[in-house]
Amino acid sequence: MKISLTWLREFVDLDESPDELREILDDLGLVVEGVQHVGEGLRDVVVARVEEIRAIEGADRVRLVVVDAGDGPLEIVCGATNFAVGNFVPLAPVGAVLPGGFVIAERTMRGVTSHGMLCSPRELELNDDHQGLMVLDELIEPRVGEGLLEALKIAPDVIFDISVEVNRPDAWSVEGVARDLATRLRRPLRAPSIASPNDAGSSDTFAAAGIDDPDLCGRLTVSVLRNVKVASSPSWVAQRLRNAGMRPISNVVDASNLVMLELGQPTHPYDAAHVAKRTLRARRARAGETLTTLDGVERELAKSGRGLGDTGEDCVIVDGDDRVLGLAGVMGGAASEISADTTDVLLEAAYFDPMTIARSSKRHALRSEASNRFERGVDPHLALRAAARFVEILTQSVPELSWLSNPLDVWGDVPTPPTISLRDADVERLLGVPIARDEVTTLLTGLGFTVKKKKQHLKVTAPSRRLDVREGALGRADVIEEVARLYSYRRLPRHSPTWPEPGFLTARQQLRRHVRDVVVNAGVTEAWTPTLGSDADFDLVHPGIARVRVTNPLASDESVLRATMITGLVRAWAKNFERGTGDVMLGEFGVVFQHPSATTEPRMTRGGAGGTLTLALPSENERLTIVLARPEDDASSAVALWDVLAQRLGLADVVVRSSNEPPRGLHPTRTAALVDRASGALLGYVGEVDAELVNAITVAPPLRRLGLLDVDLDALADPTLATRASMFVSVPSRYPSAVLDLAFVTPRSINAGDLAHALRQSSELVEEVTLFDVYEGPTLSEGTRSLAYNVRLSSEERTLSEDEVARGRAALLETAASLGAVLR
Amino acid sequence: MTTSPLEQLTEQTAELLASIEALATIEALREAEASLTGKRSILSTLQKSLGALEPDARKAAGAELQEARRVVESALEARRVLLLRDARRASLEADRLDLGDVIVSDVHWPLSIGHPGLVALTQRELEDVFVGMGFSVADGPEVESDWFNFEALNIPPGHPARGLWDTFYVELGEPETVVLRTHTSPTQIHLMEHAVSTNTLPIHSVMPGRCYRRDTPDARHLVGFHQIEGLVVDRGISFGDLAGVIETFTRAYFGPDIASRLRPGYFPFTEPSAEFEVTCTICHGDGCRTCSDTGWIELGGCGVLDPAVLEAVGIDGDEWSGFAFGFGVDRCAQMRHQLGDMRALIENDTRFLGQFS
Repeated sequence: MKISLTWLREFVDLDESPDELREILDDLGLVVEGVQHVGEGLRDVVVARVEEIRAIEGADRVRLVVVDAGDGPLEIVCGATNFAVGNFVPLAPVGAVLPGGFVIAERTMRGVTSHGMLCSPRELELNDDHQGLMVLDELIEPRVGEGLLEALKIAPDVIFDISVEVNRPDAWSVEGVARDLATRLRRPLRAPSIASPNDAGSSDTFAAAGIDDPDLCGRLTVSVLRNVKVASSPSWVAQRLRNAGMRPISNVVDASNLVMLELGQPTHPYDAAHVAKRTLRARRARAGETLTTLDGVERELAKSGRGLGDTGEDCVIVDGDDRVLGLAGVMGGAASEISADTTDVLLEAAYFDPMTIARSSKRHALRSEASNRFERGVDPHLALRAAARFVEILTQSVPELSWLSNPLDVWGDVPTPPTISLRDADVERLLGVPIARDEVTTLLTGLGFTVKKKKQHLKVTAPSRRLDVREGALGRADVIEEVARLYSYRRLPRHSPTWPEPGFLTARQQLRRHVRDVVVNAGVTEAWTPTLGSDADFDLVHPGIARVRVTNPLASDESVLRATMITGLVRAWAKNFERGTGDVMLGEFGVVFQHPSATTEPRMTRGGAGGTLTLALPSENERLTIVLARPEDDASSAVALWDVLAQRLGLADVVVRSSNEPPRGLHPTRTAALVDRASGALLGYVGEVDAELVNAITVAPPLRRLGLLDVDLDALADPTLATRASMFVSVPSRYPSAVLDLAFVTPRSINAGDLAHALRQSSELVEEVTLFDVYEGPTLSEGTRSLAYNVRLSSEERTLSEDEVARGRAALLETAASLGAVLR
Repeated sequence: MTTSPLEQLTEQTAELLASIEALATIEALREAEASLTGKRSILSTLQKSLGALEPDARKAAGAELQEARRVVESALEARRVLLLRDARRASLEADRLDLGDVIVSDVHWPLSIGHPGLVALTQRELEDVFVGMGFSVADGPEVESDWFNFEALNIPPGHPARGLWDTFYVELGEPETVVLRTHTSPTQIHLMEHAVSTNTLPIHSVMPGRCYRRDTPDARHLVGFHQIEGLVVDRGISFGDLAGVIETFTRAYFGPDIASRLRPGYFPFTEPSAEFEVTCTICHGDGCRTCSDTGWIELGGCGVLDPAVLEAVGIDGDEWSGFAFGFGVDRCAQMRHQLGDMRALIENDTRFLGQFS
């Protein structure tokens, strides 16, 4: 919301500098997002008339414009095209200094010298419009050579761009901001002058108003204005609107907008001649009704709502023939719009149920200044005061205006302002500091709260505009927030609370950190790939599988929640590879999702309005996926990386077991499952990325194997799935070990890790078993290979005798034989 | 009467099919393709010869030939699929490696230097500061029901305040009942519900995690981003405690010369609510472009828990009170490392990723 300092000063005395005011407004929670100095630096800008427009040879973006600013023709090079010969435009001559300190100098472009600059409103910092030059023909009598400030009757001003929080509709007006300032600064708040009905004729002799559905429309007032002459607004009105970023249209529409900016009440003027039976009624729209709104769009009303909590209801204003005139509180229709011929006006000032307006505005994707205010809540008691202010402003341009007595005023349901009991202790408990009752009273009274002092407490009643204040304990928090806000958060003392409970990371978080440290130390660089991907990417790995989809993606290829990180990582790697920076191991810690229908135990939770439904949510699985893409990386490198990780995590015994049917995306014959031997749980996969997947993703498929490690962190974090080695350590025997090298011809079906494990269990003498050679070749029978293990035998009590070693060896061979492994 | 050029078609087709069946490799198929169905194939030759026929006969013969071509082409296609599959199977078989046989000590393992992600690093630093201040750290899911993401946080369905978050809705259940969480706040609800059901209040926790907003990415915003949120529910907790915790955190994380201040704000789940600002880390409060000459940078939001939130999770507001705060992990990283464009975080250029240690 843009608010001018001059306007604020009409409501409250403000001697503070703009910077000081900015501080104060910020501290009141009326955050100033920008400060604009209007009219500053415009002293040198003059009105010029366009005499001639010529093309410049070789230039298609700029033209040569000849203007007259009183001292004969001046050639200016200009890029705007929104004007024609005869138009009046602002000229900054050579030597002029524009707002922001930009100095105009002679410039030569394409061999043509420009003697100044023709300006857009934004260049003059008058408003944000930068569509083209500011065309001044709307001025009543533009005069060539006249200073722009005088021509526009602009007084220099300061504009604050204030962001008003959604719970403060009462502050969304000049008066509302002024009220906060007046209360903070302990200064009186002045009310603007308002008109009174000046025509003895009673309104109900001319017009009628009614509310059919009091739950949607809480109040409908209709003022009857006669002898209206539609014209342009006085210059001060036009300037205020421009300063606020609005375009002046006509005195009637401008007065309506001005009142909204000033007091926060949207009003709607109807041409009485186009309102059947001069009757306005508010009611629920019926299914099948349509309305063409002022923006020219035909809208179907009372459509059933799609979003959560949408009732599909619209509140409409209808005339005496029950014809829909407008979508109440959102936008009017074209039929009853004010036109140049309008002489009688019905001015609607109303209160509508905020949620109804919010739903209508959302459903019709139609936002307006009015709907923005009504959906947050406009003071139900403001309507007639706003009408009176409207008449006051319109009378300045239409002195003969008459306002019929007894404006129509129909009431429906409006919220009752809550009354809250506030004890001193409540304030201290919430804020941590006592604030004197008198000060609380002063602050709240300044905001319009009614405060009655009782023995034990204050009885506080909110003003009708404070629709944000709730009942009971909730309202107490609301009121204390207002006290704190006006008192200033910065003045509230800070405490540092302490508590006996220590801070800590959960086991899962410690594991995540540990895993990250291990793999980063091993050389992995962490990446971050998108959670949302395309159907095509999803199908590369999970074809035909149910997927979790967002209903409102930013782009169609960002609509599916990923079920693997492999695709994203390969894509990230491919980009690096194309750039020549692909010799890297890229890894990501992240969540992958599974559709609840694709899992046997979906995550159940509460949801729906009131949290009364049971919903099945996608299951989430945290994984660590690493693509090993250094020049000689392959499945073996991935196994080595896994070995580092498994050892550093102290996993008791995980076997790398070749899988016959690995998940898609993994190399079908170079992938193994990581299986915890004790629990049988699958902890992840190790191997290579399937070349088919790489080819589908990369532009020019590189001839490089991509090693892959894909670990299930959920499983890894669960000690019943990922078995940890005992924390108790053993001291190696002080007696020498006997070392044996044993090579076994072993069927392919026997896993080398499983065999090593079995050998370790063969007798209590076995200290360690390590695979050191694998051989396959023509000397061995089909389907077998030779596995050579280095075995250490030892005892804690003595040096092993030859017999004992022989017995140990025999046990090893027997165990091997039981698995089909024969000593070579 | 001239003989139809298609007299032999049945036999010719059978021959073609037989030669397709005889193709043993995909390379052979590619080589033979032109002679089977291409311009110099028997089918094309026959096609040309149809020109000599009467229109009616030409039409009938054309249809016949068309059918023969279809049969041959589909046989060729089927053969191609089969051979490609065989070729892939053969190459996979030749490629087979029993990973159980890998001898790790024999693996070629050049030294490479890894780098943790900037977000992970920043999150860790933040967690460490809070753990030092007595907070535990909690995780939560990324997909939530609207109840946890909004309604339990005092943002009822249809409420305009929902517009403060650009929400991605998930296509599950009734419209708008499942969302990608727009903030880490639903984890607060989970924590409070858990503490109530297990009778384990008080709570002193921070909740870092990934959130999503439907906001076109730019230098300061990403669709996926990271927040860290804090929650304290204890006896006798006030706004002053909140301000103190924010100040302690600010100095611990940003350094002793960076201070914090609160100004009124609005969040449906806290009352009073505040935005918290910290001294601009670029100009140290002197005023610069980054802080719009104010000397302060807005970092996050906070406030005393709204009684409606306590009520929604079944905590007795007369006995317990609390506060919550939250801010962007990525934003902290951006400030600390003067990261000009946030989008670098998701571009995964190793020249960028290699800068973090």
